[in-house]
Amino acid sequence: MSLLKIKNLRVEFGSLAHPFPAVDGLDFEIERGELVGIVGESGSGKSVTMMALMGLIDAPGRVTADELVFDGHDLLKLSPSQRRKIVGKDISMIFQDALSSLNPAYTVGFQIKESLKVHMGLRGAALEQRALELLELVEIPDAKNRLNAYPHQLSGGMNQRVMIAVAIACNPKLLIADEPTTALDVTIQAQIMDLLAKLQKEHNMGLIMITHDLAVVAEMARRICVMYAGQVVEEAPVAKLFAQPHHPYTQALLDAIPEHNKGARRLSALPGIVPGHYDRPTGCLLSPRCRFAQDRCRSERPQLLGEAGRVRCFYPLNIEGSAQHG
Amino acid sequence: MAEQNNELLVARDLTRYYEVSRGFLKGHATVKALNGVSFSLQPKRTLAVVGESGCGKSTLARQLTMIEPATSGQLLVEGVDVAHADKATLKAMRSKVQMVFQNPYASLNPRKTILATLDEPLMINTGLSKSERLEKIKAIVAKVGLRPEHIHRYPHMFSGGQRQRIAIARAMILNPKIVVADEPVSALDVSIQAQILNLFMDLQDEFNTGYVFISHNLSVVEHVADDLMVMYLGSTVEYGSKASIYAKPLHPYTQALMSATPAIREEDRRIKIKIQGELPSPLNPPSGCSFHKRCPHASERCKQEVPQLRQVDDRLVACHHVETINA
Repeated sequence: MSLLKIKNLRVEFGSLAHPFPAVDGLDFEIERGELVGIVGESGSGKSVTMMALMGLIDAPGRVTADELVFDGHDLLKLSPSQRRKIVGKDISMIFQDALSSLNPAYTVGFQIKESLKVHMGLRGAALEQRALELLELVEIPDAKNRLNAYPHQLSGGMNQRVMIAVAIACNPKLLIADEPTTALDVTIQAQIMDLLAKLQKEHNMGLIMITHDLAVVAEMARRICVMYAGQVVEEAPVAKLFAQPHHPYTQALLDAIPEHNKGARRLSALPGIVPGHYDRPTGCLLSPRCRFAQDRCRSERPQLLGEAGRVRCFYPLNIEGSAQHG
Repeated sequence: MAEQNNELLVARDLTRYYEVSRGFLKGHATVKALNGVSFSLQPKRTLAVVGESGCGKSTLARQLTMIEPATSGQLLVEGVDVAHADKATLKAMRSKVQMVFQNPYASLNPRKTILATLDEPLMINTGLSKSERLEKIKAIVAKVGLRPEHIHRYPHMFSGGQRQRIAIARAMILNPKIVVADEPVSALDVSIQAQILNLFMDLQDEFNTGYVFISHNLSVVEHVADDLMVMYLGSTVEYGSKASIYAKPLHPYTQALMSATPAIREEDRRIKIKIQGELPSPLNPPSGCSFHKRCPHASERCKQEVPQLRQVDDRLVACHHVETINA
């Protein structure tokens, strides 16, 4: 049984008469101890999906799903107080900007101890001991003194380490990292990614890595989901996704990366932007930007289909035996 | 890189120190934000400045755009020393160097239409009539890929990519010789990033502009740069042509930066060099080589003696042990 199974998740904002689906029929699964990357541009719904899972979408946002099962618990049926026992303990999350996610008025030690007190019931010396252990686990030098430091006294990389310590405090089964290194320098990014990969292996956690940078997940994840405008458009094992992308959007993302345009003066850019509230196309959501789009793509929505790798496209690219176009 | 007579921009030993207060009765400390940097830029070429936060990249941008005076050193823009120029000269020279900022959400005035934003530099710096200015604005707006009706809109009505196009239009409208771009694509998505980088390239081809491109993203830099300057804690550690540095980085810091950059293709991945720790505080820089605390090759000599920038092969490197490391 998978650790997390999401089926047909829909998150809507706006009025009931004119809803805007930020997440539109999303299916997703992750196994225990698996590392999955979710890649997409701003507005693709990757963060909203995880907020919905954590129960962080407030009214007027509406969350519906056919299935939202975590570790045997149907999250849709749980009461808010039952859900809070899971969220923060078995599922936890790291956010992009550590400095604004940590509370500036409390020491980092206090913030690490908070979830230990609430979820694990630790007190006194055991609590102190565990907090120290966690700071050492995330490789913060001089951990003992840093427990009494405030977030503004630490650097961005250090704060991100503190965030990780808070997130893994209760040995979660699933860790969601939402752009954990986007605000950091490259050398620090490399250190944080190493740390996350190490912790994931040691604790056999499921790790969902959300990012807009394909290269970041390319080196770590086994499987990658590509999202566009609230839908998963392609899902495949890493090597396959990069060698033979089936969806035109995945192909376009790869083509737009400078690394893939060595020696060329111009990059091959995908024209236009992600559709917003008022210009959502009736057919395939990529059709206005896709250079392979045909009449069918403009009138009909494709489904996410396939066995080993799934793709949401009527005319997938790089498929053996199929008619090539373009 | 050799000094030619068509240099757009020459910096010689450019230095900027800041005095910072450490608190009541504690006296002042000096931050050496820019510690003797030299380089040159020719028309239609791009110099990329690379380094982590706190290395002095943005201080350099403030010097180049004449927002702040230098503490010492020379900065020649088309042969005129602007580091020690009077006000009138500075005003004349400022229109030749324009800037594009990182965050297009913060760098455009939300209360001004695009027309007003683009009109301001023309009103201040040229004697054009209203209709001539409008003509120019329409031309530049078309150049950066926006539609004519867009000029009556406000910044919040645009996406990030479009805003960056407006910022570029504002920088290019005075036909500057030099554009300083401080992380111009780091706030943008990959597909938008490609559109904006293409726009930069097209404008350079058309107007022969020299670019100083400040970035921490090495794969973007590899695409745009002709020359590359790697900075660490206010000093240049490696400076040379992009092709040679990417082919074989010589300074341990450059090597670490390149190895830390993730790559999609397996053949593009470099051997991982782990460097420990973070950038030291510029208030209290380490003795000797400022990189020695994180450097895997550091020796006793690195702790005591500051390495000078010297010619190694086809570039300049500041390291005592370049030869032995790369032997």
